[in-house]
Amino acid sequence: MRGPMADTAESMMALALKRFRRHRLAIAGAVVLAVLASLAATAPLIATILGLDWEAVDLLNRFAPSSAAHPLGTDELGRDLFIRLLYGGRISLLVGLTATVVAALIGTAIGLLAGFYGGRLDALLMRFTDSVIALPLLPLLIVLAAVDLDKLGLPPSLVQSQYVSLYRIIAIVALVGWTTVARLVRGAALTIRERDFVLSARGYGAGGFRIMTVHILPNLISPVIVATTLSVGNVILLESVLSFLGLGIQPPIPSWGNLLTNAQELIWTAPGLAMWPGMLIFITVIALNFLGDGLQDALDPKATD
Amino acid sequence: MSRFLLHRLLQSLVVLFLMSFVIYWLMGLMPGDPIDLMISADPKITSEDAARLRALYGLDKPITERYLNWLGAAVGGDFGFSRLYAKPVPEALLPALANTVRLLGITLFLSLLIGLPAGMAAAIRPYSKTDYTINLLAFAGISLPAFWLALLLIIVFSVFLGVLPAGGVAALGGDGFWDQAKYLVLPVANLTIASVGGHTRYMRAAMIEALRQDYIRTARAKGAGPARVVLGHALRNALIPVVTIVSLDFGFLFSGALITETVFAYPGMGKLIFDAIMGNDYNLALVALLFVTLLILIGNLLADLAYAWLDPRISYR
Repeated sequence: MRGPMADTAESMMALALKRFRRHRLAIAGAVVLAVLASLAATAPLIATILGLDWEAVDLLNRFAPSSAAHPLGTDELGRDLFIRLLYGGRISLLVGLTATVVAALIGTAIGLLAGFYGGRLDALLMRFTDSVIALPLLPLLIVLAAVDLDKLGLPPSLVQSQYVSLYRIIAIVALVGWTTVARLVRGAALTIRERDFVLSARGYGAGGFRIMTVHILPNLISPVIVATTLSVGNVILLESVLSFLGLGIQPPIPSWGNLLTNAQELIWTAPGLAMWPGMLIFITVIALNFLGDGLQDALDPKATD
Repeated sequence: MSRFLLHRLLQSLVVLFLMSFVIYWLMGLMPGDPIDLMISADPKITSEDAARLRALYGLDKPITERYLNWLGAAVGGDFGFSRLYAKPVPEALLPALANTVRLLGITLFLSLLIGLPAGMAAAIRPYSKTDYTINLLAFAGISLPAFWLALLLIIVFSVFLGVLPAGGVAALGGDGFWDQAKYLVLPVANLTIASVGGHTRYMRAAMIEALRQDYIRTARAKGAGPARVVLGHALRNALIPVVTIVSLDFGFLFSGALITETVFAYPGMGKLIFDAIMGNDYNLALVALLFVTLLILIGNLLADLAYAWLDPRISYR
């Protein structure tokens, strides 16, 4: 079953790929992200090979310079910095991706409803989105991060879990991170709902839910991909700043943000500690932004050649 | 015009009202209430005393009733007492506000002063070497974690070079202009670097869009030079979306101020809110957060006015 539509779709993909390949920074971004992600994914393996442990304290070896045993030296408790960075990367990338995906789902749902139904629902949802965008988000996130989960009536098994700070930060970042996706999806849905294939689907009696999920949603994939890629960077920045302020991922679990909290306290004794975690956040976020920018150019239907 | 503005004003009031309830509710969910704090300060308080105090302060009442009591008092001008600063809330708030306005004012001025011309220069020849370089720098600025940049600035200028203070405001007795200014240099630099990339990108996108319009081709056909086309014809139209985005960014800018003020121990609104939340000073945190929200909403309204002034095609009926 390869009709003319399939060919068009393929050549559009080919064109997009061609445009993407010209975007050298985007390709560099993708490569850097792939390297970082595989380093983070294989961190336990790397730790075993190098014979290092992210928790092992060695008080006789504090603030050691880089050496064969400790590639990037050790921190104030003599723990190996390199392995802690890799484990921190696991957490930061995991939180960034999960929170963004949750946020993208929320944003797609809100944008789709607003764009498809239009009218009052659209006005209400978009005023809501605008209001969330205008709010001072960081102080609000700090309040949300400081809330006592016991008082919210959550089950104690969750509240006392070792990973509660992980779940909490994913939830609160997703709660505010959906706005970009919602606006883009709404804009795209507004134009798609007037297209002939949607009108014909209406004509044969398809319901609102079916039209939204079967006919409109697949056509929204490129704006969603672009907005999501551009959001991951912001989400990682939010996670790292909250963890830095002591409200995100809680030690002893390392994250790039909370590794910098230590670094700030030790800024006069060991200024070198601040270098690597921030550098990794910076590299990850800029790679994501380049990738998103390249995807935007490549997937833009208005782009020529 | 007036009808549209009235509509926006009402909308802002609704947002503010909802925010006040949500934040009030969240404050109630923070660990420890005022009585818990009293107990920790005075171990002789019995549980009966605590219950009696809770009833006395109305802490045993349902949340809506407590909220309405608070709202009534706030509307009447009573914002409560700050635990942390041992002063009425407005007295603790105003000096911090002045510091933040100074920080953000200088930052916004510098960031636009650098970002707008840079964005224009990039847009005049898209995909040229100049554009590529400016874009690269703008992306770097956007992607820099502001708190890390702050640490780097402290390491370079305070730890190694020792030329600028790592934080705070003017030392005791140092009231001279330079004494005060040198405490602003690093925070302003930090926040400007963090926001200039965004401003550059907005200006570039808006200018590219404006230069694509038909009237630009007409202007070029008439023989207008490049400078006249960009500054005389395209700039005004390109500024319209930029004004909107910059004003919608006030919330983001304030978030940046919170980070900068916290790392540099600069006594502004951001640090005050952070300290108030961390220090269980709920009265102060609540009022300060709402006050910042109010200022941001006013900023957005002003942007709507500027929009109409910049673009005579827009009529608000």
